[in-house]
Amino acid sequence: MSVLTLLAAAPGAVPAAPTANTFTAPHVEYRALMPMLVVFGAATAGILVEAFLPRTRRYWAQVGISLAGVLVALGFVISNHGMAQTTAADAVSVDGVTLFLQGTILALAVLAILLVAERGTAGADLDAFAAQGASAPGSGGERAAEAAGLRSTEVFPLMLFSIGGMLLFPAANDLLTSFVALEVLSLPLYLLCGLARRRRLLSQEAAMKYFLLGAFSSAFFLYGVAMLYGYSGSVRLSDISASISAAPHSDVLLLAGIALLAVGLLFKVGAVPFHAWTPDVYQGAPTPITGFMAAATKVAAFGALLRVTYVALPGMRWDWRPVLWGVAILTMLAGAVLAITQRDIKRMLAYSAILNAGYILLGVISTTSKGVSSTLFYLAAYGFATIGAFAVVTLVREGVPGRDAGEGSAVPESVGGEATDLSAWAGLGKRSPLLAGCFTVFLLAFAGIPLTSGFTGKFALFTAAIDGGAWPLVIVGVIASAAAAFFYVRVIVLMYFSEPLADGPVVVVPSPMTTVALTLTVAATIALGVVPQMALDLADKAAYFVQ
Amino acid sequence: MSSFPWLTTLGAVPLVGSAAVAALPKEKGDLAKKVALAFSTATLGVAVAMATQFKKGGDRFQFTETHAWIKAFHINYGLGVDGIALVLILMAAVLMPVVLLAAWNDADEGQAAGKRSVRAYFSLFLLLETMMIGVFAATDLFLFYVFFEAMLIPMYFLIGSFGGAQRSYAAVKFLLYSLFGGLFMLAALIGLYVASGKHLSSATFDFNTLADAVASGQLGISPGLAKGLFLGFFVAFAVKAPLFPFHTWLPDAAAEATPGSAVLLVGVLDKVGTFGMLRYCLELFPGASKFFTPLVIGMAIVGTMYGALLAIGQTDIKRLIAYTSISHFGLITLGVFAMTSRGQSGASLYMVNHGLSTGALFIVAGFLISRRGSQLIDDYGGVNKVAPKLAGVFLIAGLSSLALPGLSSFVSEFLVLVGTFERYKAVSIVATTAIILAALYVLWLYQRTMTGPLKSGLEKMTDLRAREVAAVAPLLALIIGLGFYPKPVLDIVNPSVKTTLSHVQKQDPAPAVNAQTLPKAEPK
Repeated sequence: MSVLTLLAAAPGAVPAAPTANTFTAPHVEYRALMPMLVVFGAATAGILVEAFLPRTRRYWAQVGISLAGVLVALGFVISNHGMAQTTAADAVSVDGVTLFLQGTILALAVLAILLVAERGTAGADLDAFAAQGASAPGSGGERAAEAAGLRSTEVFPLMLFSIGGMLLFPAANDLLTSFVALEVLSLPLYLLCGLARRRRLLSQEAAMKYFLLGAFSSAFFLYGVAMLYGYSGSVRLSDISASISAAPHSDVLLLAGIALLAVGLLFKVGAVPFHAWTPDVYQGAPTPITGFMAAATKVAAFGALLRVTYVALPGMRWDWRPVLWGVAILTMLAGAVLAITQRDIKRMLAYSAILNAGYILLGVISTTSKGVSSTLFYLAAYGFATIGAFAVVTLVREGVPGRDAGEGSAVPESVGGEATDLSAWAGLGKRSPLLAGCFTVFLLAFAGIPLTSGFTGKFALFTAAIDGGAWPLVIVGVIASAAAAFFYVRVIVLMYFSEPLADGPVVVVPSPMTTVALTLTVAATIALGVVPQMALDLADKAAYFVQ
Repeated sequence: MSSFPWLTTLGAVPLVGSAAVAALPKEKGDLAKKVALAFSTATLGVAVAMATQFKKGGDRFQFTETHAWIKAFHINYGLGVDGIALVLILMAAVLMPVVLLAAWNDADEGQAAGKRSVRAYFSLFLLLETMMIGVFAATDLFLFYVFFEAMLIPMYFLIGSFGGAQRSYAAVKFLLYSLFGGLFMLAALIGLYVASGKHLSSATFDFNTLADAVASGQLGISPGLAKGLFLGFFVAFAVKAPLFPFHTWLPDAAAEATPGSAVLLVGVLDKVGTFGMLRYCLELFPGASKFFTPLVIGMAIVGTMYGALLAIGQTDIKRLIAYTSISHFGLITLGVFAMTSRGQSGASLYMVNHGLSTGALFIVAGFLISRRGSQLIDDYGGVNKVAPKLAGVFLIAGLSSLALPGLSSFVSEFLVLVGTFERYKAVSIVATTAIILAALYVLWLYQRTMTGPLKSGLEKMTDLRAREVAAVAPLLALIIGLGFYPKPVLDIVNPSVKTTLSHVQKQDPAPAVNAQTLPKAEPK
């Protein structure tokens, strides 16, 4: 289990894997796996709560278990710092990259759970989830469920399973484990996407679309794994790397395997041309889930992409880099250009997510340790800003009760659904200066204005990319940033310089949960822009892989 | 090497003021104004006190402060001023209280209507002052970039929240142009940083280290790359300045902004562009600067003439002043890229003088416009019959703008033209005709608005109030004072210009003109 810094991970430096004729039970280093075990354990406990606790007491139990589980897992990640080993028969590698990403995912998960747990105050019911996911929209069953005051508390264990999968995905040291992690993280997400309380048909359509496309991409991924197994006789990343360096010629199996694998991974990160699901799913899913997906899934998927490209395929970088160049350019340009035309705030943020995926690809492409550390930093910076931005979206609501046509809701409500149409956000700065201020911080961060996290992150990425010789990509990135600035600034203009609509949205006052999440994300976004040194150091130190 | 952190203090005073103003209750608009004025005056006091400590023959950068900021990228919080930066900071510090006085009632109407708040207006001004001081004081390229971009935000809100009918459009255009230019600079900045890491012992953003390494040939960037990096910086500065053909945002922004914002926009913010060309483009990329000189000179001369011609045709007073500025920025750029000591000294002095005279012009135009509620030249006529003081001040500011001898702009314009003539005779001769055009647009504007029969609707126009006199008086005093005795400013500026030229490795063309024939003394 040798620790290899990136530069040493070049072909030829790989030690031969020990071969054993007799079966010995793999040694499992439980401490290294604790974060995942704790989260999965909490998820299982959550299911038991669903089964055995009376309905009225489930909510607080679930919130408690989820938060406790994630925080304990985060504690384990922190206590494992500096670890560099593979465990569980080399299926999982716990190294700097894994720990940094797991820490990021768990921190984002805490915020996301707070948003998911938002149920509003006595005056305003802000539950984002359907009363009963199984009842058909507009049916009598739905009305009955609403009248009975049912709550979907099963979202918590679902989220925990997804988080567990996300923790495993960037840590997976062989492709089968990767695949399992991919499915564990995806399946609950498909479900969660369909549980929106309002505009349920749209939500279910999103879930269906996500599921179908996701299933396809998983199949591609699995097919790629099979091809690579055919090529190298192993699914372990280090074995694949060794085979490539042993026979340094292109092979149809190898190239096809890499291509198929890349389809699966690029789908998850939402890169063009595998991005088509993103806007629809982001728009349809319940907003807290959208924020969670946009932030945490991206972290996990990029973690897996990093590991596959840096650990298994460094010997093939002259083959995959040009492809990723193309993907990065397309992703940045398509994300920036299409975002300009959006009228819906959630769709705009979705295209902004695509654009950001393009930036992050720069770090992957640079194939240096600076590239890894800048990717890690950007993922964290981007994740916090994204969750924060979606948290703001949850608070801007349509004012008039019963506005949601086709909703079929029998319970009179004081607030409507989210006002996601951009025109409704006009004059928000006057209605609610604080909320508009928060959103402005996030938009400025996305636009990469100095003293926000987005700028530091972009700076790190661009530096790494130029260092790695990818300066044309940086120029495209800069042009895309300019286009992106336009649509971010447009929202700021709308919020501050336009007169509010007469029947404009109301800004609801959330419970402390959303307030805490919002405060933390704003603080993180500014702190990572003004005093980023600690986080950058951490990312620098974490930029090592084991195999 | 002063131990007292002068520059940080200088930047902190308006920042504290900004926070203090923002923290006041919304109803106390008048108190907000007074607090803001007090803080800006205090800033001016600190700036003057600092300037007296500046040693003319001393180190190039004085009052330096260096603290590590982001170690991972070798970024420092590095401050320090050379002569040019010092006079520009002084100019900004002088303009700010003047602008606040002039803008005293700008936001009242909005506050009364419950739309805009007075305290936000004044708080943004003070925030902007911090950024302006920072951008001139930064000696770390990264820090410079941060201020360069962050400066946009308060100005954006000043234009977008408090300007005229088309303010939102103008603010967005201003922001996008500037951001776009800034992004090119960012790319070049990163490129330079990476290149410095390859050639020097460690990558750095420190301007001194980089400039010395360039001058000594240690930082051997390939000419092709240097040209690319030069263009990155130059585009950002050309948008900022603004230089033809990147100028189209300025007339919109200046016409829609309140007069106070317009003064700071044209008087100070745009100077960052020409300041940046002089300090960063020339010293960091001397070879590329020489390569692109013909192009830049071409843009400058076209801008000079184009701005002047368009100014003549304007029907809107503020747009007219904006176009005159485009013409003047052409001249300043000409002086910078003539690469003679006279040209660059003149350009540096011009930056200050242009800030003062255009500032005065915008402020007086603002007084005029606030009385009639119209920016159209046709709505005015015969104003000197009802408001002689206003007309007189307007005339002096205008004459300074057209570089009448005895007023400050003359000295700088003359130096620029002489400096250019030493190297590019034809260009200088063409540029001289811009002075004639300047006389045309200024005097014709004066004639149409101030003389002739009184236009109906102006009968009840009041003359300047005490507050307004107090606002323009310091500017007029400086315009006249520096017109007769520019030596103090030139003495501070000249050593910095010498260093710049030595870094570019350009000597003044021989034979050197006897210094005594020129209205400036050679520095000791």
